Amino acid sequence: MTAPASPFGPSHDDRRARQIVTPEGVALPFRVASRTARIAALLLDYAIILAASLASTFLAAILAANVLGIGQGPTGNWAGEFLFAGWLVLLFAVWNGYFIVFEMGPRGATPGKRANGLRVAAHDGGRLSPEAVIARNLLRQVEIFLPLVLLAGASSGQGGAAGLAAFVWFACIAAIPLLNRDALRAGDFVAGTWVVEAPRTRLPDSLTGPPASTVHSPGFGFTAAQLEVYGEKELVTLERVLRSGDARTLEAVRRAIARKLEMGAEAAGKDDRAFLEAYYTQLRARLEGGMRLGRRKRDKHG
Amino acid sequence: MSAAAPLPEGAAQAALRSERFRIEREADWRRLETILAEMEKGRLRRISDADLMALPALYRTAASSLAVAREISLEEAMLDYLEGLVQRAWFQVYGPRSGAVAWFRNFLRTGWPGAVRAMWLDLCIALAMMVVGAVSGWLLVARNSDWYHALVPQQFAETRVPGASRDVLAQSLGTADGAGGLTAFAGILFTNNARVAILAFALGFVFGLPSAMLLIHNMAVLGAMLWLFSEAGLGFEFAAWLSVHGTTELLAILLAGAAGIHIGRSMAFPGSRSVLESARESGRRAAVVMVGVVLMMMAAALLEAFARQLLGTGGRLALGTIMLAAWIGYFGWAGRARGATPR
Repeated sequence: MTAPASPFGPSHDDRRARQIVTPEGVALPFRVASRTARIAALLLDYAIILAASLASTFLAAILAANVLGIGQGPTGNWAGEFLFAGWLVLLFAVWNGYFIVFEMGPRGATPGKRANGLRVAAHDGGRLSPEAVIARNLLRQVEIFLPLVLLAGASSGQGGAAGLAAFVWFACIAAIPLLNRDALRAGDFVAGTWVVEAPRTRLPDSLTGPPASTVHSPGFGFTAAQLEVYGEKELVTLERVLRSGDARTLEAVRRAIARKLEMGAEAAGKDDRAFLEAYYTQLRARLEGGMRLGRRKRDKHG
Repeated sequence: MSAAAPLPEGAAQAALRSERFRIEREADWRRLETILAEMEKGRLRRISDADLMALPALYRTAASSLAVAREISLEEAMLDYLEGLVQRAWFQVYGPRSGAVAWFRNFLRTGWPGAVRAMWLDLCIALAMMVVGAVSGWLLVARNSDWYHALVPQQFAETRVPGASRDVLAQSLGTADGAGGLTAFAGILFTNNARVAILAFALGFVFGLPSAMLLIHNMAVLGAMLWLFSEAGLGFEFAAWLSVHGTTELLAILLAGAAGIHIGRSMAFPGSRSVLESARESGRRAAVVMVGVVLMMMAAALLEAFARQLLGTGGRLALGTIMLAAWIGYFGWAGRARGATPR
């Protein structure tokens, strides 16, 4: 319902911006994950799985050789067999279950996705059901393993023309994420999910409270005409500059604003930060007051 | 919630109304943030009961704060923070309802049989494909035994080739001395068969046709081998040998193929819904069936490795029939009485 027309968040030309309306009627902006981030997450996940497989193989081999006494009579053989079967089942579980278990968890993301700031969500804004997670991950066989196997077959010439054709066909399936706007892969289509950027939150200190700078400067007052110059877009830019705290940027911005307001002589030699904070506070007060009355000034051009 | 509490310090001196708004509500936001941080790490025990009960209310407070803040404030950092907070709370409040164990229990009782019943038409189609495959395998090899080598891969056949004597074939159906080597055998069988079943399902994405082809091909192999053994007069023994695990395993492959065809059919003929919606619904149902298929493959592998090698022909047939009856009874009737509809 309250879809904002504000200068914040994803702008109109951000092609990855989407919106979901919660049952409370609040429109939440989301950003679809970028394809590079998803590929990076996938590679990281497979690296982890591979490392875990190798580690468990190594462990099993050590166990077999030393602890269980394989090859030393029938008891040893029994134990060795169980170990072997258990190892096979464990590998199967890891390769197929890794994604499912993590995506069903509270974060909705595997370690690879988490490292890249992504998570899985339901496409229609509802609950992410366990069935959806299972469905989207079982299709990896078709999207990843089969093309790789066919690629190996095609490049070695074993499969012949049929093998090559099959590889091309499966490569098309693997390329589905490149062909749709929301970067959905085949598994996402079937499960009704998509991968979005996970929200990161940190509330910085207020800029309009007691001044952060310790240098005492006399307060700055600005006339109404001076506050009319800029709009919301410039206010947001000024906020970002103040939060970044870079001294040279502060000085450059202060100079630009002072020139525009024709306050050059008064502002020179004073503390940049205090000047900008004072201007920020008063500009914001003015713009917010106008906002409440329905008068919004988008930027300095009107 | 904080109406009766005194205003936090600094509220009165705040220069802007939006600033006052922020100071008044910041404590609630911080509280919500701590709860969410613990939930995301999975440490539910660290959260007190009072906090857990307050979570939905805190979420709605944050959502309304966001709505109000958008109207009265121009501070980007606070708006970003609130949006992120509401998003994270939304993920937790509207997250998965039950834990994994509760889900699994529900799955066994009603989810799985219900899903299987819901795809009865695809089961019929898959069954038809399998019968066609078996019959064509039989007929092909009966006409020309060279087809046997084309259909049956070398490692399957071993000594079971056309021209092998009856004694050789009978020996390959025999029992093993003791159970040595069987556990490992079971492990290998399970991983291989489960992989084939998952492939049969996943190929359903391309409108179900490859799933059907996979079914036909696998059953053709079966038909060819059946012909071979019946030529030598060992048809009955071979059927018994196969049925111990075969009823479970073939049923699992049938379900996997049906699941694939279910997705494929719903994408090709979505009816009044959009293709995406149709795929979504059938995909979830098929995923439920696939979890069950993997379980069946585990059971089949155990049966194949142990029961098959240790029982005689009569025992094998009996066990195979019992398993088939049990599965059919389970899928046909489990969960019906509760009146649950498959999701």
